[in-house]
Amino acid sequence: MSIMGTRVVRVEDPRLLTAGGTYTDDLRVPELAGAAYVTFVRSPFAHARITGIDTSAALGTEGVVAVLTAQDLDDVPPPPADQPIAEPMLARDTVRYVGEPVALVVTDGRYQGEDAAELVNVDYEPLPAVIDLDDALRGDTLLFPDAGSNVVAADDGGAADQAEDPFAGCEVVVERTIVNQRVAPVPLETRAAAAAWADDRLTAWVSTQNAHWSRDAIAGGVGLDPSAVRVITPDVGGGFGAKIGADREAVAVAWAARRTGRPMRWVETRSENLVAMTHGRGQRHTIKIGGTRDGRITAYHLDLVQDAGAYPRQGVLLATLTKAMATGVYDIAHTRAGYQVVLTNTTPVGAYRGAGRPEATAAIERAVDLFAAEIGMDPAEVRRRNFVTPDRFPYTTPGGMEYDTGEYAAALDRVLAAAGYSELRADQERRRAAGEPVQLGIGLSTYVEITGGVPELGETARLEVHDDGSVTAWTGSSPHGQGHATAWAMLVHDELGVPMDKISVKHGDTDALAMGIGTFGSRSLQLGGTAVHQAALDVKERARELAANELEADKNDLEFDQAGGLWRVRGTPDIGLDWGRLARLAGPDGLTADVHFTSNKATFPFGAHVAVVEADVETGKVRLVRHVTVDDAGPILNPILAEGQREGGIAQGAAQALLEEVLYDREGNPITSTLVDYPFITATELPSFELVDMATPTPVNPLGVKGIGEAGTIGATPAVQNAVVDAVSHLGVRHIDMPTTPERVWTAINEARAGQ
Amino acid sequence: MKVTITVNGEPIQEDVEDRTLLVHFLRDIANLTATNIGCDTTSCGACTVLMDGESVKSCTVLAAQADGAEVTTVEGLAGQGGELHPMQRAFQAEHGLQCGFCTPGMVMAAVSLLKENPHPTEDEVRTGLEGNLCRCTGYHNIVRAVLAAAEENS
Repeated sequence: MSIMGTRVVRVEDPRLLTAGGTYTDDLRVPELAGAAYVTFVRSPFAHARITGIDTSAALGTEGVVAVLTAQDLDDVPPPPADQPIAEPMLARDTVRYVGEPVALVVTDGRYQGEDAAELVNVDYEPLPAVIDLDDALRGDTLLFPDAGSNVVAADDGGAADQAEDPFAGCEVVVERTIVNQRVAPVPLETRAAAAAWADDRLTAWVSTQNAHWSRDAIAGGVGLDPSAVRVITPDVGGGFGAKIGADREAVAVAWAARRTGRPMRWVETRSENLVAMTHGRGQRHTIKIGGTRDGRITAYHLDLVQDAGAYPRQGVLLATLTKAMATGVYDIAHTRAGYQVVLTNTTPVGAYRGAGRPEATAAIERAVDLFAAEIGMDPAEVRRRNFVTPDRFPYTTPGGMEYDTGEYAAALDRVLAAAGYSELRADQERRRAAGEPVQLGIGLSTYVEITGGVPELGETARLEVHDDGSVTAWTGSSPHGQGHATAWAMLVHDELGVPMDKISVKHGDTDALAMGIGTFGSRSLQLGGTAVHQAALDVKERARELAANELEADKNDLEFDQAGGLWRVRGTPDIGLDWGRLARLAGPDGLTADVHFTSNKATFPFGAHVAVVEADVETGKVRLVRHVTVDDAGPILNPILAEGQREGGIAQGAAQALLEEVLYDREGNPITSTLVDYPFITATELPSFELVDMATPTPVNPLGVKGIGEAGTIGATPAVQNAVVDAVSHLGVRHIDMPTTPERVWTAINEARAGQ
Repeated sequence: MKVTITVNGEPIQEDVEDRTLLVHFLRDIANLTATNIGCDTTSCGACTVLMDGESVKSCTVLAAQADGAEVTTVEGLAGQGGELHPMQRAFQAEHGLQCGFCTPGMVMAAVSLLKENPHPTEDEVRTGLEGNLCRCTGYHNIVRAVLAAAEENS
């Protein structure tokens, strides 16, 4: 019987619960014996010219091994001369955000680094800081004057080609500018790296989601052939998109190790992390939605401005993903989505759980609610009247996405039933009629997202059956909490019948597995899992040949007893070959399989969320009291893991809707740079979640699976925001920007009252 | 200064810099790296350990303050034969951890919580763990784990 769908507790956990994981700063490996500590000197200005750096005071301090600045970058490849915008390893003549690395201090002791960093004297000549998006677009001050503009990418989505105004015939049109605010990913483990140079090779340990991409980034940055670099990924304490690849600090740590010949360790403080790790979201949306009074949406436009921060790392990718997914689950006759990606003197913006899709969903789900409010129709009914219907699949969207499978109305019906939607509306009606101070808000979102995007990159796996019958599965995928060790062992067990405790899953060593991609975009199971599955099938095929040879039988006469893990000739139950025997029979080449599974199609999970909030209309204080979800990602390998992914994402979505925001003052000084100032969501601000199952397979891969990692943020963020607006909509409120803090809710109520 | 701290039953004496934090004493001197550092403002609780039976955030305690104290980290929680503490067992059974980084501190905070309040309500668990942050689980299964461990106590 297949183990698919079984609630298997994680094999990772006993170690994590007793000895703790081995995160990068926990490494006590011989290669790092005597390692020095790296501390970065970071810019205190959002935009300034560097006119001089005096390292003498720092160098004269006890324990200081070296102080390195851009002047010392004489042994690495220079930035490409033909590109006006490039991100240096250390700032050379200009700093462009508070927190940008300017120098690095190498010390014998951990604490000496912070002392010495303060003694590095950098002379700055402040420049005007570009913080506001409109200032950035106007371009009076340019971050890169040679580029001629702060806008690094733009696409109006064909606005110029539109001959007729699609809104001209609409009975109702609503237009609004809304903010999808900048938030901080805050994995509990900050960024960290270590490096050692020996025998003309660099070994780097990086807290990353992609060992192989990190290897290539470090090799390129330091000026080595990738074959001269080995990257090892120890346990990683969360990533959420912000640990994709290797940041400039990790490259600099590797460079310092090579340059000085001394092993190096670096782990950033949380205060550094909040200004120097990429932030997420950071979009402004202008939405326009129109249709008929009976609830048919016929036109939707989204124009977004993506704040890329000071360097355009993934800002363009985020904007293009939002554009691609702009129309969501709806079938709308006339649509257009455009973007401008603009630089500001702030921390660079990158992927954060959902990366462009939560923004697309937030925009259209808010738009649909605005439309519903305008025509006075229940938002669930408006959604139902506009879904792409099941008979349309595979469905190509106006954004060019090919949706594989979807049952949007079924997902909505299921979540409404589970939430008790009509009872909730009745309770809301009662509270409104009674004029109670604590009002109920019910928020919906129905979403579709893209997972396993860029499927042609695929993922790698290697399976090796050992002489004792145990199996090692190497994966190019890169876990940081998802539970790959359990999930991949389940896949191997399912095909080979080897007991779970005899299957060892390994990842994150570029010498052991030369090719791999990593974990992002909810791709692991559908690509990395399929690769492991395929490798198990390949091993079985090879085993069949070996067994046929040994048993002197035709291979078609062989049968495999999965429960016993034995190969037999049909009709001779007494003689069976086990995996250890077959591995020995395979000889020096071993019984192995190497797979690089690629696909040409992404998958499109979907779902529906209901958030229920209580809002105190006298204080503006909102509390999330229930969150009910259907998240359909196809068949589930291990429900424990899938539910964990959903729950974590819901919390992060609720956090953005209710609390969290990265803020700068007008000069570009971050004012949320510690966990005292940044309102990271806690256990007290959340309820337990109510998860409802639904599984619609995809034909895109042999397991029929889609990704589940980002469903939570994509679905929950607009559901919670819509619930907050709904709680006070009877007072005339139509919209409240995120985060829906008490001050904002209170202000919205009072402005609505004043306007009536 | 010279300090002696008994960590998981074993006295450790060391001459440390005055400003040495307890968490660095545990990680760099006692070589017990399960206790993690997640912030620099006493906000996240990843470094929570028990000091003389009370939960403390070890990033905000000087090693000097812990001189003569008994400290328990998550490494000292399982039984002599390696059998998991009920809280550790509950965290695995309920999938109360994902990346594992907040986990040692979270487990120690939860142990301390049940010591003070052996049969908490869900709200009391949530309030009791407010000072321990987790980015992976949404707290959902952490709360379930603590309630399950409390159930096992009864």
